[in-house]
Amino acid sequence: MNEISLNIDGRKVTAKPGMTVLEAALENGIYIPYLCYSPDLKPHGGCRLCIVEIEGMEGMPTACTTPVAECMVVRTSTPDIDDVRCNILELILADHPLDCLTCVKNQRCDLQKVAAYLGISERILPHNDRNIPVDDSNPFFKIDRNYCILCQKCTRTCDEITCANAIEVISRGYESRIGTFGDKPIMESNCQSCGECVVSCPTAALTIKESAVPAYEVETTCPYCGVGCGMYLGVRNGKIVAVRGSDSKANSGKLCVKGRFGIAGYVHSEERLRSPLIKKNGKFVEASWDEALSLIAEKLSSYPKEQVGIISSSRCTNEDNYVAQKFCRLVLGTNNIDHCARLCHAPTVAGLAQTFGSGAMTNSIEDISEADCIFAIGSNTTEAHPVIGMNVKQAVRRGTKLIVADPREIDLVRFADIWLRHHPGTDVALLMGMIKVIVDGKLHNIDFIKERCENSEAFMESLKSYDIDFVERITGVPREQVIAAARMYAAGNPSSILYTLGITEHSHGTDNVIAIANLAMVTGNIGKRGSGVNPLRGQNNVQGACDMGALPNVYVGYQSSTSPETKKKFEAAWGGNLSIEKGLTTPEMFNGACDGTFKALYIIGENSVLSQPNSNHVIKALSSLDFLLVQDIFLTETAQLADVVLPAASFAEKDGTFTNTERRFQRVRKAIEPVSGSLADWEITCRIAEAMGGKGFDYENTSQIMDEIAALAPCFGGIKYERLESGGLQWPCPNADHPGTPILHTKQFACGKGKLTPLKYRPSEELPDADYPLILTTGRRLFHYHTGTMTRKTEGLNIFMGRERVQINPADAAKLGLNDDDAIKVISRRGEVEAGVEVTRVVPPGVVYMTFHFAETPTNMITSCAVDPVTQTPEYKVCAVKIEKSVCL
Amino acid sequence: MDILSGYNREKSNLVSILQAFQHELGYLPEDIILRVADYLRISPATVYSVATFYPRFKFVPSGKKVICACRGTACHVRGGGRVLREIEKQLGIKAGETTPDMEYTLETVSCMGACVLAPAMMVDDEIHGQMTPAKVSEVLDGE
Ligand code: SF4
Ligand code: SF4
Ligand code: SF4
Ligand code: FES
Ligand code: FES
Repeated sequence: MNEISLNIDGRKVTAKPGMTVLEAALENGIYIPYLCYSPDLKPHGGCRLCIVEIEGMEGMPTACTTPVAECMVVRTSTPDIDDVRCNILELILADHPLDCLTCVKNQRCDLQKVAAYLGISERILPHNDRNIPVDDSNPFFKIDRNYCILCQKCTRTCDEITCANAIEVISRGYESRIGTFGDKPIMESNCQSCGECVVSCPTAALTIKESAVPAYEVETTCPYCGVGCGMYLGVRNGKIVAVRGSDSKANSGKLCVKGRFGIAGYVHSEERLRSPLIKKNGKFVEASWDEALSLIAEKLSSYPKEQVGIISSSRCTNEDNYVAQKFCRLVLGTNNIDHCARLCHAPTVAGLAQTFGSGAMTNSIEDISEADCIFAIGSNTTEAHPVIGMNVKQAVRRGTKLIVADPREIDLVRFADIWLRHHPGTDVALLMGMIKVIVDGKLHNIDFIKERCENSEAFMESLKSYDIDFVERITGVPREQVIAAARMYAAGNPSSILYTLGITEHSHGTDNVIAIANLAMVTGNIGKRGSGVNPLRGQNNVQGACDMGALPNVYVGYQSSTSPETKKKFEAAWGGNLSIEKGLTTPEMFNGACDGTFKALYIIGENSVLSQPNSNHVIKALSSLDFLLVQDIFLTETAQLADVVLPAASFAEKDGTFTNTERRFQRVRKAIEPVSGSLADWEITCRIAEAMGGKGFDYENTSQIMDEIAALAPCFGGIKYERLESGGLQWPCPNADHPGTPILHTKQFACGKGKLTPLKYRPSEELPDADYPLILTTGRRLFHYHTGTMTRKTEGLNIFMGRERVQINPADAAKLGLNDDDAIKVISRRGEVEAGVEVTRVVPPGVVYMTFHFAETPTNMITSCAVDPVTQTPEYKVCAVKIEKSVCL
Repeated sequence: MDILSGYNREKSNLVSILQAFQHELGYLPEDIILRVADYLRISPATVYSVATFYPRFKFVPSGKKVICACRGTACHVRGGGRVLREIEKQLGIKAGETTPDMEYTLETVSCMGACVLAPAMMVDDEIHGQMTPAKVSEVLDGE
């Protein structure tokens, strides 16, 4: 692109085409005062402070809305301009409190900056005290309209970036102000509390309640979801006092409510574990590290190796997970290691490995918004992956078509062109039905199928069983909608599929994933920007925990644990004998514990009691073990069952890397010292290894661990800490010069040809009947994370949602005589739990929705034990329940 | 109510839809705003923002008669303020309020375009010019 040269204040400067005069000036170090401009928002031209004179143009155009042009001559300050600017500012100051010295925004306020530039230090017009009451209903930020200058940055942010439109300019003339629907407190609005508006506000009108100016900032990666937002932790006196988004490729500065406001509450919680605990006579007593380690070493060595295992953690770093699987394989001598991907995306790994040869998100977060058409199925993106949710909505506003398939009327439905409300668990029928419509309509990509896929004949033949009558009957989606969605997806060039656990957590989860892969292959939507099959991974490092080989069947980098070559390679590298037996999965370990064939378990950072299905079975299994060791940052429901508990450091207190959903290795950096008594997870595992005589656990830092990973796993060969300093790296990254891989399968599939795979529709295992007439489906809410061990330590998040409220359709609620907030029991064949009620049309009749965020309502007491036969992933998304009103006092 | 069915779900229909409801109900109750937002797939705050921009939309039911006092400059300099205070006194409500018996709603505008007749007031659509506090009861009673 040609640069444009222009003249600003007598200086020759260059600018890129499309830049505004204001941007060109700022980029060249020339300050033009402004209040409503933001590089993240569309030009607004509201405050008029950025006026300039441009030769050949009438009057004083605003620099923020005027594009640069070749040979333009601009003057940013003349007596006339300054006069107008002073008038504007004086009008603003007439309404403004001017208590700068005591204002929280002092020295960080744009209004102050502009006043200083114009040399205005006092109010000239008579003061007009507005005296508007402060809205401090939101637990995290407050709105003080007395400081508002109506620049509309906040409302534009909520419109253009968050796409929530919770706040707008309301009323008119002198009465206009920032407000919500009905001018109510912001807590009563649809505000998602992302805080993006607060960040954008140039004055003290929107401010974070608990915040201080940090002494220093450390860039790291959010510990919550798989988006992997880059963030700065601001630290002062050893405490995290501020959090802001960093410009990582994953989030471009944005954060959601959990990342922005949900960190310090748990990191600095009083309840953090500070000492090893040993259970003596049924009670925990504090112990020294030495005592705990020697007990652990003695216990773990005392069982046959096939009776010992580890459940590692997708909340922990890659380095933690790598060390855990090395310890398991080398010191414990078994492949019995697993982690919670078993519960969520194992079908993704299995299904995509089978069809494409690699079980990961094919594209990058960044390019999703380049799709012509986004098909989101089984993904409540706005709540589970909020920052990607923002991207999807922004894309829709720019014209991308959106198809949503979900039994619930999730937030994205409002943005969708087509909403397919299929019955829970009928995804295979829906997807294969769409494929049949595409093929029958000759909308498939014949060249792509011919060149890049195999097995197409058998596959096309198999579509016969998905005629539209069948699809309509099984899914409950009117045929016109199935057809329209199929056509819309096929017409998109490119089209992208997003999915999450609504696809995988079924007794036919792997089939669901394969159906999605089929749909993408048939239309050639693989291997280019804006296309792909994009499983959004749930936890911050669930991708990494899989990558690092915290799985019974593969070592780090997906190298098979049952292959003699791999065994040889790792024996040579690690210096010890390794097992060639495939290890046990989590459900197998639990079943073994119940039958007495599995004796000792080391759980790292997982609250299995609340997160695994059918909790009674889990509790029974854990209590039947001879020895249970739990390592965590809190004394979770699971840790309470342990014989020994070890205190781990939180993400803010350690170094390492997380790999986000788009396969991007990103640095986690230590911002503060670990809570006294705790250690990073990898350090703890290394100490146990050494106490058991293990060799090769004497790492000095996590960078050394990464070097070992790079040396042993070809797909991570080029990952080095130095290279992660400037943004992350997406694997495969085989060598030091490789730039990383934003898009998989561009030329050919990882396994050569893509495998089109015929599928048979199977209904979910436990369907409603006369005794248990409702379908229970489970998932997440925006304000909490998983079993709530972290988010529930932040008071503000509890204010948003403090207990389980089961979503139920008004029709079902009427039948049962239920109203909002009634106390109920939800009962399945496995048990019952108590909860509150939210009557809402979000769920269809016959379906109820719950989370597993609340220990008080351990939803997994009642979920089903049905599993996907390939991966043993539990069917969290469908089980049969009934509801009774609790008789409460 | 199938006012909505007369419009497609384009956001550009917002003002027309609001107008139709205002006409039908005399004001825009909250649940209507929520329904309109839902129908057009926009946020209720956006609907509210647009609705509050136009003086013709009301958010509380109006009384049978709508009294309007002018606060414009011409009226102001000729004693419009005293007229307004007198109306407030007689009706026992403040500007923007409605009498409990739902008989009268009192509003103000910033010019009625009747500046030659200043100070002016309006009862429903009828303008009364050259008002004085003394004339207020006459105008109100005369109705
Ligand atoms: S916090 Fe987020 S959702 Fe709420 S008003 Fe601000 S930008 Fe909008
Ligand atoms: S609250 Fe802040 S960002 Fe919003 S309009 Fe007022 S000054 Fe601007
Ligand atoms: S979207 Fe996910 S990664 Fe980003 S701030 Fe929120 S929880 Fe953290
Ligand atoms: S910055 Fe240009 S008008 Fe406000
Ligand atoms: S100012 Fe009152 S009518 Fe114009």
